Amino acid sequence: MSERIYVFKRFERFWHWSQAALILFLLLTGFEVHGSYRLFGFERAVDYHTVAAWTLVGLWVFAIFWHFTTGEWRQYIPTFQKVDAMLQYYLFGIFKNAPHPFRPTTLRKHNPLQRLAYLFIMVIVGPMIWVSGWFYIFYDYWPVWGWDRFLSLEWVAFFHTLAAFLMLAFVIVHVYLTTTGHTPLSHLKAMITGWEEVD
Amino acid sequence: MRKDLTSYALVFFGLIATAQAADPPGTPSAAVVMAGRTAASSTADHSKFKELDRDFKSGPEVTRACLQCHTEAARQVMRTKHWTWEFLNPGTGQRLGKKNVINNFCTAVPSNYEFCTACHVGYGWKDANFDFSSEQNVDCLVCHDTTGTYRKLPGFAGHPVYQDTEFPPKSGKIVKAVDLKKVAQHVGKSSRKTCGSCHFFGGGGDGVKHGDLDSSLTQPGRHLDVHMAKDGLNFSCGTCHLTSGHDVPGSRYAPTAMPKGRIIRGQKETGNPASCESCHGVEPHAMQRLNTHARKIACQTCHIPEYARGGIPTKTLWDWSTAGRLDKEGKPFKVKDSTGREAYDSKKGDFRWETHVIPEYIWFNGTVNYTLRETRLDPTQVVKINSFEGSPMDGRSKIWPIKVFRGKQPYDVGHNQLVVFHTWGKDDAALWTNFNWERAIEWGMREIGAQYSGKFAFVATEMSWPITHMVAPKEDALGCAQCHAPATGVGRLDQVPGVYIPGRSANRALDTFGWGLSALALLGVLVHGGLRILTARKREGDTA
Ligand code: HEM
Repeated sequence: MSERIYVFKRFERFWHWSQAALILFLLLTGFEVHGSYRLFGFERAVDYHTVAAWTLVGLWVFAIFWHFTTGEWRQYIPTFQKVDAMLQYYLFGIFKNAPHPFRPTTLRKHNPLQRLAYLFIMVIVGPMIWVSGWFYIFYDYWPVWGWDRFLSLEWVAFFHTLAAFLMLAFVIVHVYLTTTGHTPLSHLKAMITGWEEVD
Repeated sequence: MRKDLTSYALVFFGLIATAQAADPPGTPSAAVVMAGRTAASSTADHSKFKELDRDFKSGPEVTRACLQCHTEAARQVMRTKHWTWEFLNPGTGQRLGKKNVINNFCTAVPSNYEFCTACHVGYGWKDANFDFSSEQNVDCLVCHDTTGTYRKLPGFAGHPVYQDTEFPPKSGKIVKAVDLKKVAQHVGKSSRKTCGSCHFFGGGGDGVKHGDLDSSLTQPGRHLDVHMAKDGLNFSCGTCHLTSGHDVPGSRYAPTAMPKGRIIRGQKETGNPASCESCHGVEPHAMQRLNTHARKIACQTCHIPEYARGGIPTKTLWDWSTAGRLDKEGKPFKVKDSTGREAYDSKKGDFRWETHVIPEYIWFNGTVNYTLRETRLDPTQVVKINSFEGSPMDGRSKIWPIKVFRGKQPYDVGHNQLVVFHTWGKDDAALWTNFNWERAIEWGMREIGAQYSGKFAFVATEMSWPITHMVAPKEDALGCAQCHAPATGVGRLDQVPGVYIPGRSANRALDTFGWGLSALALLGVLVHGGLRILTARKREGDTA
C-alpha cells in the first residue's frame, strides 16, 4: 500500500535543483583552481567559479528570504528524537525491509538524521564556504581595507578547501540516500514533481 | 577581451561600489611620449663647426675639440661608473665596479687592461697607472657616434684603430682605420647602437653576458621589444635610462627592486626613471586582479617570459677549468656544437649557449652582496659571485626573473679566495699566449699586489643577473596557468617559497584528509548499497 503526499513546493524544487547544479559545478571548477586536475584551464576555472559562486549567493539570498516568509525554516530545527531509530534503520532495518521509522509529511519533510545533516551543512560547511569564499573573492581589496594585516590567503584557502571537501563527502552520501525511499527513485521523483510516495 | 568578473558581480549585486584608480589603466604618463625624437630636432649641425673641420689624428684630439664648447662634459663623465669603473654600494659598503669585481665570465680587469678597456669611455687605460683626471682621455665618440663606423677593438686600451688593422690578429680580416673627422662631424644623441657597442657584447661577445641585451636590439621587431621596436615606439636606451649630466640611471649593483611609481614633471624626483613603474605606475592593468599580482611580482616576471629571444644565443655556462688544452701539434683549438656555436675554446674552456631561455625566479629586494677578491669562500659549495637578497616577508621584495650564469673558475687553495689571472697581454705569461695557468695566475695576483699561496684549483660559481630588457608585447605575457599550474604540470614559480599560489601550493595534509574522507564516503555508500541489493535478492528468494 502506498499513498502520495505533497512535500516540496515549486520554489523548493527550483531552489534544490539549481543549488545542486551550482554546487556540482563549483566543486568541479573549485578543485581545478585547487590544482587537482586540468579541465577548463586555470583562468577559466577561476572565472566560472566566481560567476557560479555569486549566482549561488544570489540564490541563497532568495532562499533565506523564502524560508523565513513561509516559516519553512522550522524544517531545520534540530531534534535528537528518533535519531537512534534512524541510525538503527540505516544500519540494520533497511536490509530487512523493516518499516521506515520516519514518515514525511508536508509539515515535517526531513527525517531527524537529515535535519542534523542539513543543519551541519548550513551552519558549519555553508558559512565556512561563504565566509572564506568572500575573503578569497575580495583578496584584491585586502590592503585597501586593511585586512591584509590579519588575513593570510593560505588560511583562507585552507578553510575554503576544507569546507569544499566536506561538501563533496556530503554530496556523495546525500545522492546515495535519495535511493532509500519507498522505492529507489521515490525521493528523486518527489524532488522533481513535489509528490512523494510513502508507505 | 577578458572582463573582471568579480567587479561585474559586485556591480550586479549592488553590494559595493569599487572606485577605480584615477588614472586610466595602462596609460603611461606624458613623459614617455617624447620617445623617438630625431636628430633633426637638434639645433646644432656639427658638420658646420670649423673646430671639427680638420683631420684628427687621435681620439683625445677630438675630445679636446669637443670640450671647447662642451666645457663641463668631461668632468660630468668622470663622475660616473662609465669612467671610474668603480661603485661604492651605499647599502652594503662593498667596493664594486668593473675595476674591483671578479665575475665568472672574463673574471677580472686588472692585468688585462688593454684588452678590457675597449669598453671604457676613455682612451689609454693600459695599466694600473691610468690618469683618471685627464679630460682629453674621455671618449665622447663611443656614445655620440651616429655613423656606425666608430669601433673600439680589444687590445688597444680604448682607442679606435687609426690605421687599417688586421683583427682578430692573424685572421686575415681587416678593420678599416676610423675617419675621425667624419665621426666628429656627425655626432648626436646616444642610440641603441652606441650603448649596444659595449652593453650588447659584455662577457666577450654578442649576447654572452646578459641574455636580455644583445645586438638584436639594435633594430628590434615588436615581438622582441615592445618599446624599442623600430616600427613602433622606437625607444632608445636613453628613453628609459633618462640621463642628466651624463649620469645614466639604472644599476645592477644596486637595482630598484620595488619602484615606487610614476615620475612626473614638476615632482621632486626621487625614483629611478629606468623602471617600468616610472611611466606605467604601480596599477597599470585594467583588471584589478593583475594589479594585485603586481604588488608582489615585478613587471618583468610576466612581461619578459623568455630572454635571448632575438635569435642571438646567450652563454649560460662557462667552465674555465678545461681551458688550456692543446691539440696534437700543441696548438689551441676550438670545437663547435651542432648549431655552430663555440662549445670549446682552448683559451676559455667549455661553454653552453641557449636561446629563448626561461628565467629563474627569486624574491629580490634590491640588495646585492658580492663575493669579492678578499672574501673567504667555501670551495665545497657553489660560490655565489653575487647573491640577491630578498624574502616574501621583508616587505621590500618582489618576485624577479633572473639569469643565473654558472661556471668554474680558479681560486687560491691556500687562502680560499678567488684569483685574478692574466688572460691577455703582449708578454708570454698570458693564459691566451702560452696556456699556462700557473704563470697567468701568478702574474695576475702580482699585478694587484695580492698574496697567492701558489696553489690553485677550480671552484663552481654562480652569478645572477636581473632580467629587465626585451619586454614582450602584452599578448605574449605569461598567462595565469603558467604559474598557477595544476599539480600535474610545471609552474614558473614552483621554486619560489613563501607565497600561496592557488593551483600550485595545495596543503598536502588537507588533501589527504579531504580525498580520504570522500573516498570513505563513496566506499561506505557502495558497501551499503551492495548489501541492500544482496539482502533484497535474498528476501525475494525467501518469499518465492
Ligand atoms: C559548494 C560551494 C563551493 C565549493 C565546493 C568550492 C570549492 C572551491 C575550491 C576547492 C577552491 C580551490 C581553493 C584553493 O585551492 O585555493 C575554490 C576557490 C575559490 N572559491 Fe570556492 N567553492 C564553493 C563556493 C564558493 C563561494 C560561495 C565563493 C564566494 C562567495 C567561492 C569563492 C572562491 C574563490 C574566490 C576561489 C579562488 C579562486 C581564485 O583563485 O581567485 N567559492 N573553491
